[in-house]
Amino acid sequence: MARVLITVPEHAKPGEVIEIKTLISHPMETGYRAGADGRPLPRDIIRRFTCSYNGVEIFRADLFPAMSANPFIAFSTVVTETGTLTFTWQGDNGFNQTETATITVS
Amino acid sequence: MMIVMRPLRRWLGVLAAGGLLFAAAAAGEMPREERRSGFDFMSDATKAMQRDDTLNPGMLWLLEGEALWRRKAGSANRSCADCHGEAAASMRGVAARYPTYDIREARAIDLQGRVNACRVRHQDAPPFGHETPELLGLVAYVANQSRGMAIAPDSDERLAPFRENGRRLFNERLGQLHFSCAQCHDDLWGERLGGSVIPQAHPTGYPIYRLEWQAMGSLQRRLRNCLTGVRAEPYAYGAQEYIDLELYLMERARGLALETPAVRP
Repeated sequence: MARVLITVPEHAKPGEVIEIKTLISHPMETGYRAGADGRPLPRDIIRRFTCSYNGVEIFRADLFPAMSANPFIAFSTVVTETGTLTFTWQGDNGFNQTETATITVS
Repeated sequence: MMIVMRPLRRWLGVLAAGGLLFAAAAAGEMPREERRSGFDFMSDATKAMQRDDTLNPGMLWLLEGEALWRRKAGSANRSCADCHGEAAASMRGVAARYPTYDIREARAIDLQGRVNACRVRHQDAPPFGHETPELLGLVAYVANQSRGMAIAPDSDERLAPFRENGRRLFNERLGQLHFSCAQCHDDLWGERLGGSVIPQAHPTGYPIYRLEWQAMGSLQRRLRNCLTGVRAEPYAYGAQEYIDLELYLMERARGLALETPAVRP
């Protein structure tokens, strides 16, 4: 399991715009480098990141080999109701990680 | 112009001291008020990355370290927390005074060495390998407890010969390029080497997340970079030379604030 750091405000008002920040540990190996033995290192990257809010997808990003290791993704959304944010990272070699965060709206 | 000025001042210092070797060494060291962390030489974007814990990738290693702190290990089935309790209390200030003297090994050891010694002696577990996420994570977690504290090296007299050896290594010309650490980091800091600013080489934030590495690394890894940079053969990981150098560098950085986990370009 990769280490993940997610920053979401615990409380927000309806209609408020909040910033969501995510950081995940991942080597993001490009597939273009050679290892110490001279052989190419196979590509190992995260391909897709999605975030859904109470089951509705609100943000999606495709990732590519040029992106740095331990990718940091920040975005914003409008708060509508109390609920759960689900974050999913999917990538090469069957990489699939899901994390959740809750937000209370009042 | 500045390139010429600093070495000139250094040599003037030597002349004024009547050519005494001892004074020459002292004249080469930078005055306390000129000491600046590598942080001050970075771009605003990289500074922001270090300042904000939600942005600093070093925090990922710290999370690993925090989990390890509480996890039981080895045939003793003991965690770090079982003996040391909450790191926030027991580990506060530790990184600010390391390296320290180890009685059992009769030599100076660094924080990594201490973590591994603890694993072998008290947890009955195999030591972590150099530069593994486990070792970097635990050391970062421990060092982070001293963040913001001033570096205050251990005054144990038994450390003196090791620190003196570190000073010697720092001033010794090495490698095919025949450069010493001091020539760049005492005399030419603030100037540029290629496109990069030469910092003063203060170990204020180790282990660091280095953008060039795309990962976290120890001071030993950083020193190996400098050694290969002057085309010298680096010492093996864990070599006493690194610990001696760290002792001297920490003395040289006395009073600067600890920043772990620092981000560097």
